[in-house]
Amino acid sequence: MAEPILEANTQRSYAQPTDSGYFGEFGGRFVAETLTHALDGLAELYAELKDDPEFKKELYEDLAHFVGRPTPLYLAERMTASLGGAAIYLKREDLNHTGAHKVCNTIGQALLAKRMGKPRVIAETGAGQHGVATATVAARLGLSCDVYMGEEDVHRQSLNVYRMKLMGANVIPVTSGSKTLKDAMNEAMRDWVTNVDDTHYIIGTVAGPHPYPMLVRDFASIIGQEARAQMLQQVGKLPDVVVACVGGGSNAMGIFHPFINDTDVDLVGVEAGGRGVSTGAHAAPLNDGKVGVLHGNRSYLMSDDDGQVMETHSVSAGLDYPGVGPEHAHLKDIGRATYAAATDDEAMEAFRMLNRQEGILPALETSHALAWVVENARKMSADQTILVNLSGRGDKDILTVADIDGITL
Amino acid sequence: MDAGTANQGRIAAEFERLREQGKKALVTFITAGDPGVDFTVPVMHSLVAGGANLLELGIPFSDPEAEGPTIQAANERALANGMTLTKVLDMVVEFRASNSTTPVILMGYLNSVLAMANFAHRAKGAGVDGLIMVNLPQEEAAGLRQTLTAEGIDLVSLIAPTTADQRAKEIVTTASGFLYYVSLKGTTGSAAIAVDEVAERTSFLQTLTSVPICVGFGIKDAESAAAVSAHADGVVVGSALVQLMSDSADPMTASKRLETATAEIRHGLDG
Repeated sequence: MAEPILEANTQRSYAQPTDSGYFGEFGGRFVAETLTHALDGLAELYAELKDDPEFKKELYEDLAHFVGRPTPLYLAERMTASLGGAAIYLKREDLNHTGAHKVCNTIGQALLAKRMGKPRVIAETGAGQHGVATATVAARLGLSCDVYMGEEDVHRQSLNVYRMKLMGANVIPVTSGSKTLKDAMNEAMRDWVTNVDDTHYIIGTVAGPHPYPMLVRDFASIIGQEARAQMLQQVGKLPDVVVACVGGGSNAMGIFHPFINDTDVDLVGVEAGGRGVSTGAHAAPLNDGKVGVLHGNRSYLMSDDDGQVMETHSVSAGLDYPGVGPEHAHLKDIGRATYAAATDDEAMEAFRMLNRQEGILPALETSHALAWVVENARKMSADQTILVNLSGRGDKDILTVADIDGITL
Repeated sequence: MDAGTANQGRIAAEFERLREQGKKALVTFITAGDPGVDFTVPVMHSLVAGGANLLELGIPFSDPEAEGPTIQAANERALANGMTLTKVLDMVVEFRASNSTTPVILMGYLNSVLAMANFAHRAKGAGVDGLIMVNLPQEEAAGLRQTLTAEGIDLVSLIAPTTADQRAKEIVTTASGFLYYVSLKGTTGSAAIAVDEVAERTSFLQTLTSVPICVGFGIKDAESAAAVSAHADGVVVGSALVQLMSDSADPMTASKRLETATAEIRHGLDG
């Protein structure tokens, strides 16, 4: 089951990015000159290793025995019945070791760091899931690990902060700018530009400069590879719609990518609508942003008329980011994927529904994808199917949810 | 005519003048609108009075990912003061009212420039001579360079300690104005500069091009400026001046302090 990873379907027509990292007009490499050498080196190494049998064997073994893949495909029967429409299948990424899909990428990148002989890894994190996944693989491989996290997120995700510390990582609170994910990414870039000789920067989403959007996508694509095979095996057909939440967009790219050439399958990304897209207090650049350049790539971005990056709002720290991976920008522009938004309230409602009806505690990020399902499943017929990327579990969000409910734990 | 004088503007003229006098260029950096909008233009004149040859003016940006803490804080203060790129250009216009010879180079991040329609034309009209884009490596620069060149504005290329020889050869083919050699791996205002390493790289770069080479990042005072300038056509001083600005209560104090600091560095260079 874990075999198809990194193996592109040979009959594929979709082949992005270009050698210079462009997905259509998006992507590229907009970084300080100091970093171009390291990015070239990373791109070359990855090109060499992605089809290397030994590298793949090492990766598969970790994914199988350390992460616990493949993750199940699960029919959410009570939710399907209560919504009264399409059958809802959940790809259970919440069951990965560490509780989210993020570890698939960090294992891949940590193995690359090991091959490069770099003894130190750094990461940025918002909700802390990517930080935890990085701290985990660093412990597993004996690498030194520093994680940058916005000061505001350090407070709202204190459980994950402590998890990282338990695994030997150093968590560095970032106090510049808006003190959230984008500022953590700025600070990680500053660290990397200073320590580029002995440090690999494990970017946690399909953004950043080339080759990151490509390699993070490839490592995350095991989600879609497995889910596609499982749909055929368990349901006997491909889904009508694949749905995933989109912050930077790695879980969505991971599940979308193996379906891109299945043109009968609709791909729907769900951004964080915050208090509502029309209020401006959101994190939905594909719904309400313009083309710009941040963190090494050209994509949709929430920025003002002067090009300043705007502050974002979402109940979920992991989606609270003003940019989005360039491949999503491309998929939007060519019409291959559509991008909706769910508000904080809609996500919370879907969060509660999945708890009550399926006994599954989803992450608040994931709950945005579920909100789209709540809204749309009933409009579909009973013989149709929706595949949802249940990208992570919500244990980390319990304090936030309790706070919304006015309960002190 | 080599690439360095292609635009025949103030930058080329200034380096030509310095070469004739056997002097090194002193390039100074401050962030526009920091710590107050009324500081910038008076301080620009003071920098020239103290002996600066070229003025770099930072375009405040929300996410200055290659800057150290000093210039990050300057960006945040300037934005809190309501700075925009339009206001930066207005400051250049004001400066030009009484200085028509000192080259002014804007430095910042690509998203600021992309957000302004017709940037090159407006910048030229304001009296801007050059542009340094921190996050625009050679591969991505062709389009912007073309529109700038059409207006006679130099897009200054950066070369880092990690830039491989072959890549440096490609970068110098389009170099204009001057080459900015980033002296160390790190952010602006980082730790000590290794003069020997800089000398080794700049002497290699000098074999590739006749475009003037200025060295920046990590130059804090007259001593480090003098040491580095022996191996380059000029030096860039930024964070040390920005720190002095932020410590000054009013434009008058800032002007005096920056003029004195610039004069000291000038003295070190002219030694």
